[in-house]
Amino acid sequence: MSFVTISGLLINAVLVSTPPLLLAALGSCFSERSGVVNIGIEGMMTIGAFIGAISAHYIGNGWIAFLLGGVAGMVFGALHALACISFNADQTIAGTAINFIGPGLAIFISKALFNSSDTPPLNPDSKLPKMFSGTFRPGSFGYNVIETYPAAYLSILLVIVIWFVFFRTRFGMRLRACGEHPKACATLGINVRRVRYTCVILSGFLAGLGGAFVTLSTVSQFRPSVIVGQGFIAIAAVIFGKFNPQGALIGCLIFGLCNGIKPLVGSGNVISPNLVSMIPYVVTLLALILFVGNSRVPAASGKPFAKDE
Amino acid sequence: MKQKITSSNAFYTFLSIIIGFVVGAVLLLIIGISPAEAYAKLFSGVFSKLRYVLYDIVYATPLIFTGLSVAFSFKTGVFNIGAEGQFVVGSLAACLVGIFVDLPAILHVPLCLLAAAAAGMLWSAMVGFLKVKRGINEVLSYIMFNWLAFYLSNYVVNIPAVHKEGGGEATKNVLDSARLRAPQFLRSICSDTNWGFLLAIACAVLVWFIIKKTTLGYQLRAVGHSRTAAEYGGISSNRIFIISMSISGALAGLGGAAQLLGPGARISQFAGQEGFGFQGITVALIASSHPVGCIFSGLFYGAMKYGGSKLTTIGVPNEVVNIIMGTIIFFIAISHVFRHILHKRKEAAA
Repeated sequence: MSFVTISGLLINAVLVSTPPLLLAALGSCFSERSGVVNIGIEGMMTIGAFIGAISAHYIGNGWIAFLLGGVAGMVFGALHALACISFNADQTIAGTAINFIGPGLAIFISKALFNSSDTPPLNPDSKLPKMFSGTFRPGSFGYNVIETYPAAYLSILLVIVIWFVFFRTRFGMRLRACGEHPKACATLGINVRRVRYTCVILSGFLAGLGGAFVTLSTVSQFRPSVIVGQGFIAIAAVIFGKFNPQGALIGCLIFGLCNGIKPLVGSGNVISPNLVSMIPYVVTLLALILFVGNSRVPAASGKPFAKDE
Repeated sequence: MKQKITSSNAFYTFLSIIIGFVVGAVLLLIIGISPAEAYAKLFSGVFSKLRYVLYDIVYATPLIFTGLSVAFSFKTGVFNIGAEGQFVVGSLAACLVGIFVDLPAILHVPLCLLAAAAAGMLWSAMVGFLKVKRGINEVLSYIMFNWLAFYLSNYVVNIPAVHKEGGGEATKNVLDSARLRAPQFLRSICSDTNWGFLLAIACAVLVWFIIKKTTLGYQLRAVGHSRTAAEYGGISSNRIFIISMSISGALAGLGGAAQLLGPGARISQFAGQEGFGFQGITVALIASSHPVGCIFSGLFYGAMKYGGSKLTTIGVPNEVVNIIMGTIIFFIAISHVFRHILHKRKEAAA
């Protein structure tokens, strides 16, 4: 294989495995930055993956299914927001609950509808479309890099949009302030609860999109094993990226790249596939140890905000 | 008296459990299954025979260990989401010692347990070290270490010297001298009965003693309440974090050993994370992080898991159990809202 072909394969692997993590990580940025810990990302991704898959099955349009997956995540985001913001729940506990309810509900409904924990395989027309179908020779660089899911490129573009929202808009400034010093925000007349509600619901939406990307691109159906830890990895990427969208992107790319290397390194069975699978985790830990140091958590993260204090 | 009840944690936990079952019932109704029938099956699967009760205990044992592990770390304000990985390396260490060391049972079993506790301790202490020395958020590294444990276990399972001869993706069985199996008369009723449960109870009492009755326990709780106040009082919070996370890891590791030396006998190749550690988080939450409470909440979860596994025989998706458990946690998380409402009403009445 030529260098160009190999790098094409690598970029393709990155383009397929990064977006779910990235979307979820961007969601996590919103929630954490506004001061609400959201470890329920995993459960929100699972419900997004499931609703995405069954919407595509019944409606037959990948884009609509993708958005509906996001909406499903949003509903769970609202649930988390309700518990954490209105009811001052312990945010870690509420997130843990979401992680139980999301997958539980997905498989429960799947069994009720299809008598199986797996949803029926989707035909290619009802999945997320690819760009420039048929323009490139299969296996070529262009085929791997350009003839792929536009949703993948969109998710990377979204980083810029969200960076802009975070650091160049009034809403972004407020949401960051709410995560640092909610009391000061309240005295300035910012509705802390409303800002946090918006952010947590958005985080659910993005996590749902991330989940739906998995079932609507590579996997083509919902199985209990489609979301296994991606939500947690996304959270890891966010902490790695110091709670910034651009930092989270780097974290997700490291993971995506290591996933892309896996099949290349593992070919020929010289190294055990299990050891190869450890690479992303080891690389993340090493990167943290060597380069990052202390990732500062937003000051008010995890603390409920009571107005009448 | 009434006030005492409405202000106790147990009351709200109980309320949350009821709400969990109600939510489960509503979902069952929606998909056209009679909740009465499903719950009758669930409860008969849990209680109706001695054999079932013994199985409940077998299912509960590993969860009590991971529950204790998570509860212990909660006391210091650390969230041990890594019990999953510590459980796996614990069971791996016990497995290797169980296969390759040939000793009489009276030495072999303790050696396996010791190896498991040490492995779990090491796995968790590394995370503690990263937290204290490099300031790396423990939730993040715990998650990484869970996956490292997962792939490490799968790697070891496939090493030819460890791998079972013949078919099956699993290790060899551990030697009989390493097993924790209960006497024959109990095993004739339920073949998986083992001593692990008694070990779990002993650990729960020990943990309770450490937390409540020792200086270390006082320091752990002090750091959990307020790190700065504890530092001001002369307690090195870094030292306490390492100790607390090590002990927490050892407990999860012991759970892995109890599962392996009890019902398991060998480690199979994982397809996905088994979830003993994550379920331990639920056990700790239901018990309000009380060590002795973990025994009961572990039994509750174990019974739900075992009873739930029978639901499929009458065509009910057993995921309803996960939904019920999730709902319970959700309502425990917001339980102080009920507390607020109940007390307000009382004030209005007075």
